[in-house]
Amino acid sequence: MAANSNYEKYQSDGTLLGNALEWVDARFPATSMWKAHLSEYHAPKNFNFWYFFGSIALVVLVIQIVTGIFLTMNYKPDGTLNADGIPRAFASVEYIMREVAGGRFIRYFHSTGASAFFIVVYLHMFRGMLYGSYRKPRELIWIFGVLIFLCLMAEAFMGYLLPWGQMSYWGAQVIINLFSAIPLVGPDLSLLIRGDYVVSDVTLNRFFALHVIAVPLVLIGLVVAHILALHEVGSNNPDGVEIKKFKNDKGVPLDSVPFHPYYTIAHDLPAMVIFLIVFCAVVFFAPEGGGYFLEYNNFLPADPMKTPEHIAPVWYFTPFYSMLRAMVWNFFWLEAKFWGVVAMGGGVVILAFLPWLDRSPAKSIRYRGPIFKTLLAIFIVGFLILGFLGTKAPGYYFFGYAPAANPDGSTAFSPLNYLLSGDLIAQIFTVYYFLFFLTMPYWSKIDKCKPVPERVTFK
Amino acid sequence: MKTRVIKLFKRLATVALFAPAMAFAASGAHLDEAPVSTDHASLQRGARLFVNYCLNCHGASAVRYNQLQKIGLDEKTITDNLLFTGEKIGDMMTIAMTREDAEAWFGTAPPDLSLIARAKASASGSGADYLYTYLRSFYRDPTRPTGWNNTVFANVGMPHVLWDLQGEQTLKETSGADGHTAHELALTKPGSMSQGEYDQAVADLVSFLVWMGEPDAGSRKTIGIFVLVFLAGFYVLTHALGKNYWKDIH
Repeated sequence: MAANSNYEKYQSDGTLLGNALEWVDARFPATSMWKAHLSEYHAPKNFNFWYFFGSIALVVLVIQIVTGIFLTMNYKPDGTLNADGIPRAFASVEYIMREVAGGRFIRYFHSTGASAFFIVVYLHMFRGMLYGSYRKPRELIWIFGVLIFLCLMAEAFMGYLLPWGQMSYWGAQVIINLFSAIPLVGPDLSLLIRGDYVVSDVTLNRFFALHVIAVPLVLIGLVVAHILALHEVGSNNPDGVEIKKFKNDKGVPLDSVPFHPYYTIAHDLPAMVIFLIVFCAVVFFAPEGGGYFLEYNNFLPADPMKTPEHIAPVWYFTPFYSMLRAMVWNFFWLEAKFWGVVAMGGGVVILAFLPWLDRSPAKSIRYRGPIFKTLLAIFIVGFLILGFLGTKAPGYYFFGYAPAANPDGSTAFSPLNYLLSGDLIAQIFTVYYFLFFLTMPYWSKIDKCKPVPERVTFK
Repeated sequence: MKTRVIKLFKRLATVALFAPAMAFAASGAHLDEAPVSTDHASLQRGARLFVNYCLNCHGASAVRYNQLQKIGLDEKTITDNLLFTGEKIGDMMTIAMTREDAEAWFGTAPPDLSLIARAKASASGSGADYLYTYLRSFYRDPTRPTGWNNTVFANVGMPHVLWDLQGEQTLKETSGADGHTAHELALTKPGSMSQGEYDQAVADLVSFLVWMGEPDAGSRKTIGIFVLVFLAGFYVLTHALGKNYWKDIH
């Protein structure tokens, strides 16, 4: 690390501890890493609550890794049935819940942590959109972030198979089958992922391996890259101005504070406690999260012979699942299912291009014009509605509305059939989702921005 | 016109805000609300019903007999009253019937009931509501191989095991004034219990099934209160500490 040469090495004060530190610091960049990333990392002083979620995401990652380690000590990735006809994997989860000391809390922390991770990461990404944190020179931070999001989705998807409940099993079946829609290689690809012709013990074991070691390794690597890239260029802030323009004679930006202790302890620690209060309220009082965090159907052991009536992914996938289902037309020679997969994957991948799609003169929403504010508001509402509809079976109507039938069985015409149709609304918001990004180079340029101040605003 | 547009927007805003809540109000069979109890007497009566009526075909393979100490039974009571075929008190509540036999006899293996109260929750109601309604909705149906059917679970494979307690119900078709036909269950042959007694017995049994779904749910909540109180206190400290750090930054 280049930072090695920029800082003076630690000088012992003569005590035993001091000597030991000096010995280590002469051989390892301890002082320079501490200073470069914490005590002399100069962060803008005007961070608001939106800046909590990055550090909270890190805390959730630690919670997931630690609880995950303890879960693997008693979990058995085994799809075969025990003497009582229960799959061993499913039974081992109940064993953790009932017989392992503290096991129920470890398991609930892990299952709630999965949902918390996505809530926090979605908010963290939204913060980036609000303040233009992906804009030059922070494009690579954003791209690492999108890759982290992708990794997280893979991690969550594979982890969800492990309890080997009905939703675990059939959710995995549905999602892996999607890959078979890819032309030419699709069927072989889905076979390769599954390792079998149906989701089976083989699938469970490879998902276990990927969930506990392969994906977490990549994830941690990406998180490190995300933070290193951030510390290379410096943090953005709610005003979207570069604090490095105005420095004092020591080269420290005037509008900055040292990240440690001003953000670590003074800003983020209380926020983390608030997060833990909400998190523990769920873990201890509503661990099922109303059927959204732990789906009810997943308390039934996986049964390859019984397909559930309605297979819904966990809530954090549902916006993209809605996009998948919204594609019902065959384009060219390719079937609708393929275009659904394109929409679902494209919905995530398109985020990576955001730094180059946005041409606005101002970064932060504080100085951006009415076009951005309006379109972003619709974007968020649309994304939430897509998420809601993804939890519903196809053919859903808002307000419990049901189209009236003619005597011959056909649907009677009514404008409400269109206005309240979940399927149609999902299609509209899917199209909107992509148009929002694809037309951004145009509307972000013509939007009427306010003048951006030279220095950050701080009261 | 303008007020209409505003009204439309208000409705749309309501949809956006309350969409998740409305999901729970969505359709599905009507379920009666189960009077679930955590009272030990009720749970013990439920345990007795469970062991006598359910635990012959259904297992509860995640639950050990000695767990029943948590609902106030002592070891001797459990051994004398609930262990019939030489099980030990540390054994799981399993059954002797094999899966293969069960499938041959009933068409499908009766599900394990350890988690049934958690699994049966849905948009229509809690798992307890489902079970409470289901166990009170059996009726005579000569077209079924067992002679029984159920209004909550159409063409159910399980016969009405509690029939000697409840008696026999039949399904009566009534036609309303608007031409719609409605179905109503009516007791045609009384059982050994009155309707009120039977409802209470089912409530006890359902309470026990809920307890079995997570035997330590009660202590989880108690611990949760301590955790939240600690965190609240910790917040006060960290907040004050943070404020102190920032007071010199202008």
